[in-house]
Amino acid sequence: MGLAKRIIPCLDVDNGRVVKGVQFVDIRDAGDPVEVAKRYNEQGADEITFLDIKATHDNRDTMEHVVEAVASQVFIPLTVGGGIRTVDDIRRMLNAGADKVGINSAAVTNPEFVREAAEKFGSQCIVVAIDAKRVSADGEPKRWEIFTHGGRKETGIDAIEWSKKMVDLGAGELLLTSMDRDGTKSGFDLDLTRAVSDAVVVPVIASGGVGELQDLTDGVKLGRADAVLAASIFHFGEHTVEEAKQQMASQGIEVRL
Amino acid sequence: MSHIAVIDYGMGNLRSVSKALETVSNGIPVEVTADPERILSASHIVFPGQGAIRACLGEVQRLGLTDVIKQVAAEKPFLGICIGMQLLLTHSDENNGVDGLDIFAGNVHHFDLEPTQALKVPHMGWNQVHQTSAHPLWKDIEQDSRFYFVHSYYVDPDDDAVTAATTEYPNTFTSAIYKDNIFAVQFHPEKSHHAGLQLLKNFLNWDGQSQT
Repeated sequence: MGLAKRIIPCLDVDNGRVVKGVQFVDIRDAGDPVEVAKRYNEQGADEITFLDIKATHDNRDTMEHVVEAVASQVFIPLTVGGGIRTVDDIRRMLNAGADKVGINSAAVTNPEFVREAAEKFGSQCIVVAIDAKRVSADGEPKRWEIFTHGGRKETGIDAIEWSKKMVDLGAGELLLTSMDRDGTKSGFDLDLTRAVSDAVVVPVIASGGVGELQDLTDGVKLGRADAVLAASIFHFGEHTVEEAKQQMASQGIEVRL
Repeated sequence: MSHIAVIDYGMGNLRSVSKALETVSNGIPVEVTADPERILSASHIVFPGQGAIRACLGEVQRLGLTDVIKQVAAEKPFLGICIGMQLLLTHSDENNGVDGLDIFAGNVHHFDLEPTQALKVPHMGWNQVHQTSAHPLWKDIEQDSRFYFVHSYYVDPDDDAVTAATTEYPNTFTSAIYKDNIFAVQFHPEKSHHAGLQLLKNFLNWDGQSQT
């Protein structure tokens, strides 16, 4: 009896539509975000995350409307990420009905923004999104670094050190994506997930690579994640959130059923 | 009923709270307001809140709402949520110590856990709420239902008799308190799907007097 591990479906949104690409290319349409969010809510999703994948000015306005529409009908926590760069961006999304915002590139450009945001709105609504890629060669001790711009731009920053720094600055939660695994359906990078989860006191959401239900269980049991995020496994009707929870529960993980 | 007032002091997910209330209010208007007159004339008061407690209390004071809140908390059906619950206690350890509104005698403490991979702070996610007292706000909500929590501090009232529910993380802490016309919860009913909406509905159906 206690806190449940969370399943968080992620909706990549572009131009008011849910899309899903493999490593950010080859984008497929997966429906209307309001309808998709409602469906996941009824299936028992613990939260829903929206990612504005292009983060252009027009997309931001569209996203605000999407969040407004979803927040009027879906009463579970909503997180919005992608292109969150200023206090005003955060305020707009929270006013639209988001409960948390994901900060990614802006944290790399200006880490103090995370502190400013946490002081202004509280750590509970500041999720720092970390895109990490393995940089060590096979056989070497594993090391990961931070990448921005959808995995295209390297920063030379160590992922574990960065995670600790973000928490010190006020991040209330970390959304950790393996850029090696994202879209590949080969499972989470469990070594990365465990290394970050063990290094910080705040909850860690594992992301990137879910291809089957067992991957979600592994993320919690082997990766020690507090929550697991997945997109395509749910979008195209392969599995429901409820099936995922049943599978986790059958292996002894506490979930909200 | 005239209207429901959600006290607006600029902290937190007020839109989420008002949208959830509108869903169960049967058309009774929900006003997000800092206007003392609109708060004093409302039939039901919701006092939400998120963020750092000193900043929250500072805004309440800056807007001149301290006495208004104390007055409605003595008179009307009143629901505190999250920081809106913690502010009702005598004192909080957060931000090097802050004095609250002292409507419930007691303190607000940090979880203060050893950092381990098994137990994270903030306490974030869906946890079970064990009802320890019968109350109209628990109507049609199953014992040990899960509600959504996100917080690093918890209330510790002096008098156990005010405890309406407890939750385990990993020790047992008080997750709901009540007395007279006041009910207050640490979790977020506005984000807790069916169980949360039921609690809000129960609150709007409550006259602030019946206790069972």
